[in-house]
Amino acid sequence: MNLDPAVYTLWLREVKRFARNKSRLVGSMALPLLFLLVLGSGFGGFFRYRSNVSYSQFIGPGIVGMSLLFSSMFGGLNVLWDKQFGFLKEILVAPVSRSGIMAGKTLGTVTTSMVKGIVFLSALVAGGLAKPDPLGLLIALVFMFLISACFVSLGIAFASQMTDPHGFQLIMNFFIMPVFFLSGALFPLEGQPAWLLVLTYFNPLTYGVDGLRYALGCPHQFSPITDVLVLSLFAIVTNTVGAVLFRRMSV
Amino acid sequence: MTAIDNVELEIGEGELFGLLGPNGAGKTTLISILATIVQPTSGSASVCGFHVQRDQDKVRRSIGIVFQDPTLDDELTGRENLDFHGRLYGLDAATRSARIDDVLNLVELHDRRDDLVKTYSGGMRRRLEIARGLMHRPRVLFLDEPTLGLDPQTRRKIWTYIRDLNDAHNMTMILTTHYMDEADSLCSRIAIIDHGKLVALDTPSGLKERLGGDLLELEIAATDDAFLDCLRESDDLTDMHLDDHTLVLTVKKGEAFIPWAFEQARAKNVEISSVSMRKPDLEDVFIKLTGRTIRDEGVADSRELVRIYTAGRRR
Repeated sequence: MNLDPAVYTLWLREVKRFARNKSRLVGSMALPLLFLLVLGSGFGGFFRYRSNVSYSQFIGPGIVGMSLLFSSMFGGLNVLWDKQFGFLKEILVAPVSRSGIMAGKTLGTVTTSMVKGIVFLSALVAGGLAKPDPLGLLIALVFMFLISACFVSLGIAFASQMTDPHGFQLIMNFFIMPVFFLSGALFPLEGQPAWLLVLTYFNPLTYGVDGLRYALGCPHQFSPITDVLVLSLFAIVTNTVGAVLFRRMSV
Repeated sequence: MTAIDNVELEIGEGELFGLLGPNGAGKTTLISILATIVQPTSGSASVCGFHVQRDQDKVRRSIGIVFQDPTLDDELTGRENLDFHGRLYGLDAATRSARIDDVLNLVELHDRRDDLVKTYSGGMRRRLEIARGLMHRPRVLFLDEPTLGLDPQTRRKIWTYIRDLNDAHNMTMILTTHYMDEADSLCSRIAIIDHGKLVALDTPSGLKERLGGDLLELEIAATDDAFLDCLRESDDLTDMHLDDHTLVLTVKKGEAFIPWAFEQARAKNVEISSVSMRKPDLEDVFIKLTGRTIRDEGVADSRELVRIYTAGRRR
């Protein structure tokens, strides 16, 4: 039994489209960079937290997580554009399984999101905001993979339930932004009110950002094992839900 | 809502079969069922001996489909679109590259193969989609409105491809269209579908013969019963009715009937101010069978196109 050709085919398509579109890579770097520079220096003076890190250093991993969240979600939602432009029909009528299609699409978007994340991480290292050792880098890659896998399939799950891409804005305002702000990417969780903590604890990005902080040598809250386990659990759940919804989707 | 209502059809191998009907008649639904995209609520269908619901994968492997709406990835090149398709259908690298050259030559897009599809014109995209449908050498090719919205030259070109493919590979082709001339010039048999029902099934000439001959219109100044009675006695006349001052006749041999009718008119002192004759086309057949023209829904159709176009620009 051969591996479903759809997995590699769909992965290849994502990567090709990404490699061709340099302007999109540059564009997707702009917002995280803006957050890092403006917030980092704007709030830097007021930030008093385990005095050995600056605010820019503290939010660096959070912004990597943000970049992954945005590009993964939008990558998943791209299924909607394929629906709109008919290309999804070409894929769905081929003699391949839906789970193969889903897996290829997910892996492809995870790859491109990770490339963006790595570019941003390199910028952090180059700017002296992170000094990871080789093992730390490896661990960072694991967390980047998990964060991305988690949100790509959520994007696909959303896309399978929507009919036209104009709902993007809705997802942006009511899902992506709250997930970002409630992840502890921009502030430490210690000493926050209970209602806020409850929300952050149910947010997979919280564990992703925490794990990245650990990997990059920043102060973190949970043990990396907890981070990996919780994040993996979220990823399994979102992938299962995404796969089920994607299989039921009609064009 | 029932899109397809008890349509019973059998299409033979190597046939170039046409599904003709107005927009919304159910042609696309019918094709979608055969191509395993839509599940029928009742009834059964099989393609190449495979049941469309039970042997979905086998059906998919034996068919190619060119959809009505564009389904290309316009951020990939023409070549890449074909390569993508070949991979999904499990073709190995050597086969893919040979077939890509093959089909691109056929649709004359070889010199544009490395350009992004977004730089292609509408006709080129259509040709690329047809080429893609042929990549895996399907036994049956479905073409859903293959020339919708294309200019006359491109339409004729696509007709030539379709005819050649059907001749050269004995490939069974099923095309839907609401263009009468397209169905007439291409198809060996035509099923006329209206409101999801099969209205007629025959060869184009067989369908036209049902009308009983040529359509003749004589404009007369005044009605004269003696003249009408005289015409009625002709064996060649199959239908006659008076529409204001225009006498509308269906006659078997129009060329011979006209001089004879003029003689009779002169004898009865009836003045004919104008005459016109034409061979019936499928439009006439459609009107006769359904009581309305095929383009009754034409307005809604163009609105639909505008909607698709504006949505398309937002990317």
